[in-house]
Amino acid sequence: MKFLHQFLLIMLFSFLGELLHSLIPLPIPASIYGMVLVFAALSLKIIKPQAVRDAGSFLVSILPVLFVAPIVSLMDCWDIIRPHLVPILVILIVSTFLCFAVCGWTAQFFIKKKQEGKNND
Amino acid sequence: MIELLSANQYFFILLTLVSFAIGSLIQKKWKYAILNPLLIGAVLVVLTLSLLGIPNSTYQAGCYLLNYLLTPATICLAISFYEQFQAMKKHIGAILVSLGMGTICCLGSLYLMCRMAGLDRVLTLSLLPKSITTAIGVALSEEIGGIAAITSASIVVTGILANIAGPTLCKLLKIHDPIAQGVSFGTAGHVIGTSRAAEMSELAGAVSSFALTCTGIFTCIVLSLTAQFL
Repeated sequence: MKFLHQFLLIMLFSFLGELLHSLIPLPIPASIYGMVLVFAALSLKIIKPQAVRDAGSFLVSILPVLFVAPIVSLMDCWDIIRPHLVPILVILIVSTFLCFAVCGWTAQFFIKKKQEGKNND
Repeated sequence: MIELLSANQYFFILLTLVSFAIGSLIQKKWKYAILNPLLIGAVLVVLTLSLLGIPNSTYQAGCYLLNYLLTPATICLAISFYEQFQAMKKHIGAILVSLGMGTICCLGSLYLMCRMAGLDRVLTLSLLPKSITTAIGVALSEEIGGIAAITSASIVVTGILANIAGPTLCKLLKIHDPIAQGVSFGTAGHVIGTSRAAEMSELAGAVSSFALTCTGIFTCIVLSLTAQFL
């Protein structure tokens, strides 16, 4: 029964996320609403982490497998990409590394500053 | 024979799982990050479909069950995030500011480079949501007028890049703080980056899953407001 209850809760949050997605006219996907709802329910102690943890970690562990099908769809639009393959790859590499560096440096800067501020007190 | 396989609703799910399992085995054996199980799995599926002459649309229809699980599985990322939330609470400001800066730099540099390379509008819009998780990115791409398949492929390539190069980048750029590492992996490499961050430390993994959620929401807001002017 444990897994039944856990899946029930997860499906309920998926349902609510989908419901919000269709009611609110914003291009925000259902999974985002669902995540916010799960976090809110946990924070407000409406549900305990144990009530969804086992089924939740199972679903999270299979996430990578779920992305196989979307990539396979590339078969259908290969002709659009092929002439631009090299620029696209360069663009992806540069922007990803830039993003990585900016995030890491900014976060580290603020965290260090905060710690130094504490030490001076 | 091929009709028999196409009509069997378990064949395509089995094909997906077997391909992914082979990918996992290969990675376990050689341990190179470029041998990503997801990438190998997708290549094996494409090869099998091409050999059997089965069109992608038939495969996608057969994998509908896996697609249904995407939303519930993405939602469950919130659980581990909640459990680690206490540890990062006091740094929430630093995390939000840095992931916001990172996202803006990412989108800005991407857009400029696309214009410089002379890519058309549809291709540019398909590449812009490349740093957010597939479940969010694909929906967003369709919403702003991109091609979902190109978006999902660039999302995976981006994730693999962050996953492979992340630990080296951390060393080169002297990003030693686990929270800062988490923000970098989550913002630049979404779920695939997060899996590597979680290997580095539990805190980095939790911050990373938090950062990828916020980046997803933030990118949705920025792109849905600006896409019409691009």
